[in-house]
Amino acid sequence: MPEARAFRIRLGNDPGGRSFLAVLVIAGVLVPLMYFFVPETSALHLSGYTVTLLAKYMSYAMLAIAVDLIWGYCGILSLGHGAFFALGGYAMGMYLMRAIGARGVYGDPVLPDFMVFLNWKELPWFWHGFDQFWFALMMVLLVPGLLALVFGYFAFRSRVSGVYLSIITQALTYALMLAFFRNDMGFGGNNGFTDFKDIAGFSLQSPGTRVVLFLCTVIALGGSFLLCRFVVSSRAGRVIQAVRDAESRARFLGYRVESYKLWVFVLSAVLAGIAGALYVPQIGIINPSEFSPANSIEIVIWVAIGGRGTLYGAAAGAVFVNYAKTYFTAALPSFWLYVLGTLFIVVTLFLPQGIVGAVGAVRRRIARP
Amino acid sequence: MTATAPVRRTFTQDVVLYLEQITVRFDGFKALDALTLYIETGELRCIIGPNGAGKTTMMDVITGKTRPERGSAWFGQTVDLLTRTEPEIALAGIGRKFQKPTVFEQHTVFENLELAMADNKSVWHALFTRLTSAQKDKIEATLERVRLQDRRHHLAGALSHGQKQWLEIGMLLMQEPQLLLIDEPVAGMTPQETERTAELLLSLAGRHSVVVVEHDMDFVRSIARQVTVLHEGKVLAEGSIDTVQHDPRVIEVYLGQ
Repeated sequence: MPEARAFRIRLGNDPGGRSFLAVLVIAGVLVPLMYFFVPETSALHLSGYTVTLLAKYMSYAMLAIAVDLIWGYCGILSLGHGAFFALGGYAMGMYLMRAIGARGVYGDPVLPDFMVFLNWKELPWFWHGFDQFWFALMMVLLVPGLLALVFGYFAFRSRVSGVYLSIITQALTYALMLAFFRNDMGFGGNNGFTDFKDIAGFSLQSPGTRVVLFLCTVIALGGSFLLCRFVVSSRAGRVIQAVRDAESRARFLGYRVESYKLWVFVLSAVLAGIAGALYVPQIGIINPSEFSPANSIEIVIWVAIGGRGTLYGAAAGAVFVNYAKTYFTAALPSFWLYVLGTLFIVVTLFLPQGIVGAVGAVRRRIARP
Repeated sequence: MTATAPVRRTFTQDVVLYLEQITVRFDGFKALDALTLYIETGELRCIIGPNGAGKTTMMDVITGKTRPERGSAWFGQTVDLLTRTEPEIALAGIGRKFQKPTVFEQHTVFENLELAMADNKSVWHALFTRLTSAQKDKIEATLERVRLQDRRHHLAGALSHGQKQWLEIGMLLMQEPQLLLIDEPVAGMTPQETERTAELLLSLAGRHSVVVVEHDMDFVRSIARQVTVLHEGKVLAEGSIDTVQHDPRVIEVYLGQ
């Protein structure tokens, strides 16, 4: 297949991307082995907690890749991508709530606990269909995609760009947060969804399900990397980078800039939604705080720290910052935000290409005699 | 002083651009005053004139940016420029290069030409298309014409000012225009770059019709066969560079300054 061959060649001159995929494959093989077969007494044993933690980092990495696609390549600084992540998560959460069935505290076979608690008598219309796994999966793609389509259509058609676009994306996620906090919206209010039991018939507590979900996350992360890689190395990718650097020039050459922006924005939102849908069953909770504007800003910081415009840099940034967060919130809880802020300032001032850019520069310096 | 009014021409195969009795007024000031001008197919024409003579306004009328209050403008025998929008005119085959070069600095020279190429510009096509060998040949040929073969994989941002101008002319060529409008191509160029630009423009004439607006008289002398002198929105003189240079009215308003 000529397409596949061309693709391999392009990946051939992307050592960073190759290493990234290699790390993913190794993780996909080693993590289940270390979880299942290494005895618990050994230092190499991974606990279920660690497996889930790694899966969480990976779903964040996928979210970071989605943001890098539109920010690093198309120059659209979305400060509301957490909203698409959360919507994907909520779509999955609705399925998980329905899958609890009669095992809830109140034992209602159809209504989730929070609805019984609110004295609701029947399921709101938008909860229908979520008892089916395939339907939920479709919604995971459709809801963030449609929101991005409508939002992007109006924003890009009116040529809203730069800081104004960033501000309205913040407003978007903030508005959604306020809406989801309301009990009468039918999404569980400030408690959101939790106490999930099983997914597609498998218990979420079982080690097998845990590993399968971990592997799904690995595959989804690798798949989104390859997909984004394909997009950015196609001519369409060169067009969106041209739009980033000289928008009116691209328009003058006959490219319909709005279509390109809209298309890449929707793709990015769908990837963010999938990441959210993978996150929720493993973490076991989704609530409106996922929509908070600060969350979306944090994603952008991951990408900036990792290095934008490389895809794998964004993924590395997400894992690095979240690992640091896990460490610092345990060791020095009150310092985490200062650490994050300092990190961001240092990277912006001294490492404009982020960590991967700095690593590349060091490597080139060593290679030079 | 009266303008030399060229004989009114009928539509022929030989003429690519007809401007007749074009008048443009800005707040009562006549930027173009019944301007009549014909460009022949394959011709290289230089337009000179002091500041405010109406050179840029004329380019704006041709590319659809400014609408005249009177007159007619035709591209070939079939395209009425006064009823078309800017992109339509660009698609019909008139390419314009502005004074300040704008290229995609983060793309290589080759990619700049690829993006400029006349092709389906939709997202879907751009996602899956691969360069055909004919398209590659075309890019290579353009690289050669603008003499950037050695720079093909360099970032456009790393080019010199002159090279950026050439790249932009190359991008214009990739759109396969019949008529090229080029605004002050050698402003800010070194003498060597100016010389190469002259060669480049001369090589374009014949296959394309080229209209160059320029201030640099030495440069005009080095490329021009036909020169049109604009003054106060009218054609003051037209003819070979020698005729024009010795025209006393031209000396008075422009060259003698």
